Amino acid sequence: MALTDVPSQQTHGKIDPEELEEIWADAPGVPGFFSTVDHKRIGMRYIYTAFFFFFTSGLMALVMRDQLAAPNNHVVGPEVYNQLMTMHGTTMIFLFNTPVLAGFGNYILPLQLGTRDMAFPRLNAFSYWIFVLSGLFFYASFLTGKAPDGGWFGYTPLTDKAFAPGINLDFWGLAIVFVGISTTVGAVNFIVTAFKMRAPGMTINRVPIFVWSILSMAFMVLFAVPAVTLAAGLLELDRLFGTAFFLPHLGGNVLLYQHLFWFWGHPEVYILFVPATGMISMIIPVMSRRPLAGYLWVATALIAIAFISFGVWVHHMFATGMPVQAMSFFSAVSLIIVLPSGVQFFSWIATMWKGRVRFTTPMMFAIGFLLIFLLGGITGATLATMPFDWQVTDSYYVVAHFHYVLNGAVVFPIFGAIYFWYPKMSGRKLNEKWGHISFWLMFVGFTVAFFGMHILGFLGMPRRISTYPSGLGWDDLNLISTVGAFIFAVGTGVTLVNWFYARWWGEPAGPNPWDGDSLEWATTSPPPEFNFASIPVVASRHPLWDQRPLPTANPNGDDATKSLGPEGAEHHQTPETTGLDARPEATLDLPHPTYLPFLLACGIGVFFVGLLIQAVLVGIIGVAAFVVALTWWAWRTEVDLA
Amino acid sequence: MSDPTASNARRRRSELSVAEGDTTRGRRPMRRRVWFGLAIVLLTTLAACSTKQSPSIVDPKGTEAHTISGIWWLMCGLASGVYLVVGGFILVAAFRGRRTETGKPSRVRDSTFIVVGGLIVPAAILLVLGVQVVHASNTLRQPEKDPLHIEVVGKRWWWAVSYPDQKITTADEVHVPVGRPLEIGLDSDNVIHSFWIPQLGGKVDMIPGQHNVWRVTATKPGLYRGECAEYCGLEHARMNFVVVAQTAADFDAWLVRHQLPPSGPSDQLAATGQMIFMREPCAGCHTIRGTTADGTIGPDLTDIGSRLTLGANTVPNSEGYLSGWIVNSQTMKPGNLMPPIPMSSSDLQALVAYLRSLK
Repeated sequence: MALTDVPSQQTHGKIDPEELEEIWADAPGVPGFFSTVDHKRIGMRYIYTAFFFFFTSGLMALVMRDQLAAPNNHVVGPEVYNQLMTMHGTTMIFLFNTPVLAGFGNYILPLQLGTRDMAFPRLNAFSYWIFVLSGLFFYASFLTGKAPDGGWFGYTPLTDKAFAPGINLDFWGLAIVFVGISTTVGAVNFIVTAFKMRAPGMTINRVPIFVWSILSMAFMVLFAVPAVTLAAGLLELDRLFGTAFFLPHLGGNVLLYQHLFWFWGHPEVYILFVPATGMISMIIPVMSRRPLAGYLWVATALIAIAFISFGVWVHHMFATGMPVQAMSFFSAVSLIIVLPSGVQFFSWIATMWKGRVRFTTPMMFAIGFLLIFLLGGITGATLATMPFDWQVTDSYYVVAHFHYVLNGAVVFPIFGAIYFWYPKMSGRKLNEKWGHISFWLMFVGFTVAFFGMHILGFLGMPRRISTYPSGLGWDDLNLISTVGAFIFAVGTGVTLVNWFYARWWGEPAGPNPWDGDSLEWATTSPPPEFNFASIPVVASRHPLWDQRPLPTANPNGDDATKSLGPEGAEHHQTPETTGLDARPEATLDLPHPTYLPFLLACGIGVFFVGLLIQAVLVGIIGVAAFVVALTWWAWRTEVDLA
Repeated sequence: MSDPTASNARRRRSELSVAEGDTTRGRRPMRRRVWFGLAIVLLTTLAACSTKQSPSIVDPKGTEAHTISGIWWLMCGLASGVYLVVGGFILVAAFRGRRTETGKPSRVRDSTFIVVGGLIVPAAILLVLGVQVVHASNTLRQPEKDPLHIEVVGKRWWWAVSYPDQKITTADEVHVPVGRPLEIGLDSDNVIHSFWIPQLGGKVDMIPGQHNVWRVTATKPGLYRGECAEYCGLEHARMNFVVVAQTAADFDAWLVRHQLPPSGPSDQLAATGQMIFMREPCAGCHTIRGTTADGTIGPDLTDIGSRLTLGANTVPNSEGYLSGWIVNSQTMKPGNLMPPIPMSSSDLQALVAYLRSLK
């Protein structure tokens, strides 16, 4: 196989870019909205939808902090507080953190790999529609006047019919099963894309770390999500169909639920955290103007985390009275998982150490992340020591810990990633000054809001309480925490305004505003629908730093290479390459816009509504729509790909 | 349970506001942030020590809490060291190359730095921690000779407490002797609760269908706050209790007093009150030993007159609160399972007099 290395400008000349635009464009307006399969549009939608949930759920947190600002407060009663607590936690985990990372993955992954779309574009659209419909389904619980109130973890028997007879809990249980479809489908898509869609020459040891992190995340999703689907699914069987998996008086076991839930629940922390570290591993080297130190160590650490994360779940259950010998194993594994994170941490430090750091907004968020995650990681290790965990589990110490990890160590990288990749997504830069203001408000607000919670845990304040009496030494710290929460909220608001301002009036970015090294910076900002007219040829881990000008591939006349050049874009194709060394091996036809993913998702949605309201007919309609859409999908494949 | 001294609270408030002011005024935010962090670490200690009334885990009054508090201070030392060293590395790494063109070289190879800092050193620290923790925790929750058996059942949202060997039943209050090993059986017949007395030791869940046992010894007399630590629904926040740790002699006296069959009403008013208790719905849910009242839905009231709090440590047990609780407890603990019991004020007065006579 001989690939001709020709600078891209020359290849571009053969085919009119406008013509390509026309071939790839979605239909304008509403039809295009519902039928698009473009990974960039879908990625942006993921991000917008997830942030809608972020701000909604953030407002709920502010109401809770209002209630807890003073002892014996009456902002909301226990009934409303418990609903807010449940909605806040469930939303942040299932409808913000997980999907927003999928959104970035969706947008960035194909660009970084140098391909024209995800491996399964229609599945990608389907995954988004499932996400948004399950979110709407979950939030529809507000319409019944009572949102779910069983906690984000939904422990039985509190969530069994006997103690939660209302339909509100069914919204929760079914939504968990529903949204799991989206996450799982997305994971399959990421894995296949990362292995089969890389630009020629991008061997497995030249893949950007962000791709490794998405890959690690996707494998964890595949093995972890079935457990939570099972937990919530069995719970719903108990609730709707009278089974007794979790009913102790009928021979069920309530701890079974906890095992299933945390078998997903702890890997889930890493499902969120690992892609966030991937973002940091992209930002820090670019902003330090040198390659990431210890690439192989970091890639190995990401894979190691994916494995070890499945051996730690029992540390959520140290107080359940299991045999100490059994729990000691999980205690040890929970300590060991510190090591791969330590490797990543020192790789980031080493990268900055020998580089010249530019204090841009993404880098500020990265440094803020390092300082916050350092503490969150340390408190995580303390929680792994069983006796200490007996004291602080289910206290505010844990609330502090997981906000350090899930807010500090995930949301900060996400905000960094927004400032980092927004220029690519919109063609304009976010305002740096307001970015710094946003960062400082968030960093200070975060610390003020959450640091004191460690102390509250030490002073014996339990989690999930809707109010507390005065005189226990909790009053001042709670007030301080509330003030911090509002400062943090203002900080996020500044970025929100910055986002919309820059959308229209931001400074034009150009293709590579940060002098980045990976392939997403090789195309225009925003990228055309087809990403690359000619696929770049990679000969380095940092193609844009080491290969100037970046060569692009020319077809070789055979089937494996014919889609590399602009002719491939013209024929709506993209190359498929081998899994390890990324040699072109086949040509993939990419599907055209289609309504089928939307229809399929709607069918599933209707089915879930049928389950919820226990209407057999509605359920049957849903299944019928699902079957029709799926059959049509299979049938139409040739049309879509033609 | 009682108010902290006002001066303590004021002192804490002023310390914290000083620390906050520092960060916003600083010209060099990075440095300032380090000082801010240090100030906060100091405050942790201060806050933990200065609020004697908090149910604080670093103010141990039981064997398990002592051991765990020791583990904590070890970890706190290690953690602070790690945070300062690694945090220092982060800041130095971020700033050291800033006046250079392409970054400042270093003699240490990247992989050496990563392996030593990210693998070897943390592994060594974790090993020290692991050995120390296993060593310390081997002594915890072990069966001991001649324990006092106590059974606690988590209810929504209160605690049924009984001493099976002494045949005593009470609620929302656990009397324990200092120095004698306790063996506390923990159960639930509804949802999951978690039994937590921060100053005595860690949590043990109360799980329906599973009998858990917690073994601990109180080391100092006093009143300690107990809490439900597992979210158990509507009134999770108001499901607390009081631990009364007493000297062996005081505890024995308490036992003897509670083992005696309760004497009948001492005066006319209380006698009327007893009649009202039996007539109104009260007896259907509550037990008073020695009478025909034998309900089991609500707490046993045999010694209600001597208890410190009402409604699982929601309000103090005073005449006023007791009257209010009977007439409409929903105002104090919305959603609790006791319905409002409307009655005339003279009936209420008699009923309260009767209940307060039950010691």
